[in-house]
Amino acid sequence: MTDLVTLYVPLESTALSLGADELVLALLEEAAARHQDVEIIRNGSWGMSWLEPLVEVVTGEGRMAYANVTVDDVKGLFDAGFLSGGIHDLSQGLTAEISYLKNQDRLTFARCGLIDALSLDDYQDNGGFQGLEAALKMPAQEIVDQVTASGLRGRGGAAFPTGIKWNTVLGTAGSQKYICCNADEGDSGTFADRILMESDPYCLIEGMIIAGLAVGATEGLIYLRSEYPLAQEILNEALINARAGGWLGQDIRGSGKAFDIEIRMGAGSYVCGEETAMLNSLEGKRGMVRAKPPLPAIEGLFGQPTVVNNVLSLASVPIIMARGAKFYQDFGMGRSRGTIAFQLAGNIARGGLVEKAFGISLRELLEGYGGGTFTKTPIKAVQVGGPLGAYLSQDDFDLPMDYEAFSAAGAVLGHGGIVVFDDSADMAEQAKFAFDFCALESCGKCTPCRIGSVRGSEVMAKIQAGKNVSDNLTLVHDLCDVMAAGSLCAMGGMTPIPVLSALKAWPKDFKAK
Amino acid sequence: MSQKIEAKPHIEEAAWDKGEAQEIIARHAALKGGLMEALHGLQQAFGFVPAESYDLLAAAFNLSKAEVYGVQSFYHDFRTAPAGHHVIQICQAESCQARGSRRLTAHALNHLDITLGETTPDGRFTLEAAYCLGNCAVSPNMTLDGKLYGRMTTDLFDGLLKKTEAL
Repeated sequence: MTDLVTLYVPLESTALSLGADELVLALLEEAAARHQDVEIIRNGSWGMSWLEPLVEVVTGEGRMAYANVTVDDVKGLFDAGFLSGGIHDLSQGLTAEISYLKNQDRLTFARCGLIDALSLDDYQDNGGFQGLEAALKMPAQEIVDQVTASGLRGRGGAAFPTGIKWNTVLGTAGSQKYICCNADEGDSGTFADRILMESDPYCLIEGMIIAGLAVGATEGLIYLRSEYPLAQEILNEALINARAGGWLGQDIRGSGKAFDIEIRMGAGSYVCGEETAMLNSLEGKRGMVRAKPPLPAIEGLFGQPTVVNNVLSLASVPIIMARGAKFYQDFGMGRSRGTIAFQLAGNIARGGLVEKAFGISLRELLEGYGGGTFTKTPIKAVQVGGPLGAYLSQDDFDLPMDYEAFSAAGAVLGHGGIVVFDDSADMAEQAKFAFDFCALESCGKCTPCRIGSVRGSEVMAKIQAGKNVSDNLTLVHDLCDVMAAGSLCAMGGMTPIPVLSALKAWPKDFKAK
Repeated sequence: MSQKIEAKPHIEEAAWDKGEAQEIIARHAALKGGLMEALHGLQQAFGFVPAESYDLLAAAFNLSKAEVYGVQSFYHDFRTAPAGHHVIQICQAESCQARGSRRLTAHALNHLDITLGETTPDGRFTLEAAYCLGNCAVSPNMTLDGKLYGRMTTDLFDGLLKKTEAL
């Protein structure tokens, strides 16, 4: 046998959906046939989804990347000497030098792709648990103050300052406080939570433990959507390892402090991504939205003070605690501090995850990183911030990616998900879909959302059929006013945003055809 | 045309077993808010949530039967009847729309000769809508018996179906 060569092939949903498991078998078979000694490490994903499955070979110069590798490419790769970094049509050079990755500000996602997601050693060798070690030596208030000073805001979309939320929970008495991680990433065009959970699960676990120390909570729950079975498997295993390593349990690393986490699965309801609906679902009830106040920070899960944070808000905490609030603060613009994981999706040539400091322009993401549309056709519309975000046209592409700048333009930065449509998109159809989706997923508690969505869909169908277009458009505007002003939560309250933005930028699509 | 159709059981469908159901429910009854987990457990065991289990759930969680049904029926995932032998889900959300999911869905429905949410008369295939499978960078996406497939095309769909039909 020859010298052992180490390969990396991701164990992550995107790579698997494009044949990574079959590829691993083919690589091992071919290596055996050629008497080559190889080991394959199943890392997470770097987030360069358009290159998946991305095979990396460890060479003297670093990890060499080969992209979009299929079973049919395996023989050719061996023939080209890829085990020693040989050039092949699929070569991408050194992974670390790929400009898409190299130019990012990888803070939260620093380890994604780099390590075997479930190796505690890999995690610690690459900065893992440093934030927690620091937090264990601090009084609770100091942890909260650090997070507040970092400027971190909720990455799930609402952008509420994380430190302020934590401070409320810290200052509220309760017999059992909770940390609830919202991992119900239901918005189309978002997958960053999933990549983090599948590629660096200990980072989320570490963030949750720190949150627990900060507010005095000893129980954590991850509400995970059922569409993410691989994340469930990886998180489950990570929790077992973390307990065995003494990072979870009654006495975290001899500190005398307790914290543990359990996973609860959602069941295909979009509205359960809304924090109060999620709390009801966690209590084993229908996922109905609750009226606020009381805030979950004061009366949350089972009526107790509860931190509800998105996966990425929690996963950003370890690096803040490890490097200090100022380090994180120094990224970003205006009141949007730190980095955000943009997600390029839909009709885009180079789809994937781009973690950058706030302030980059939408155009730079779409053209510089994304490379335009997959189909090489012109971009018509871009929906930012999920199904409840605005459809933006070419006129808006110079907007900086900043919460306030987007808000001022009537748009939503949200979680940074970006869905690209080319010139074949029918914006009337997209507007109708916004109503249809709201009708399908409304929890039904408030009338504007429950009935408005159905009426909206009916009126849009009439417009599309060319019936009394002008009168019906007036009706759509009226209906959107009622939904925006009268709905209990963002589901009904923000459904008008995609509808009205489509109407405003592409009025021709709403004329009788 | 009269044709004798042999009903085939769902791949995970199992006959009602009260003892097994009670065992599953008992595992989750002590868990705070454990009703969701119990429903997941029942569906995993029986392929759907059998109506026979409502009374058992109501007793275990100190709820009315109506409340149990209320929770079960709120969530898209929980089935009240077994699905077909193979379950296909095609994502219908924006990112996949932008990459042709409407055309892919129409093609699939035409191929199977059913409408969205239905099962073929021979019980072999159920085709359902999904709203985001979280793989939006390589849209359009679908799942077949729980396995995720990205960058789907009508040709890839035909190939997959052919392979599955031959099983």
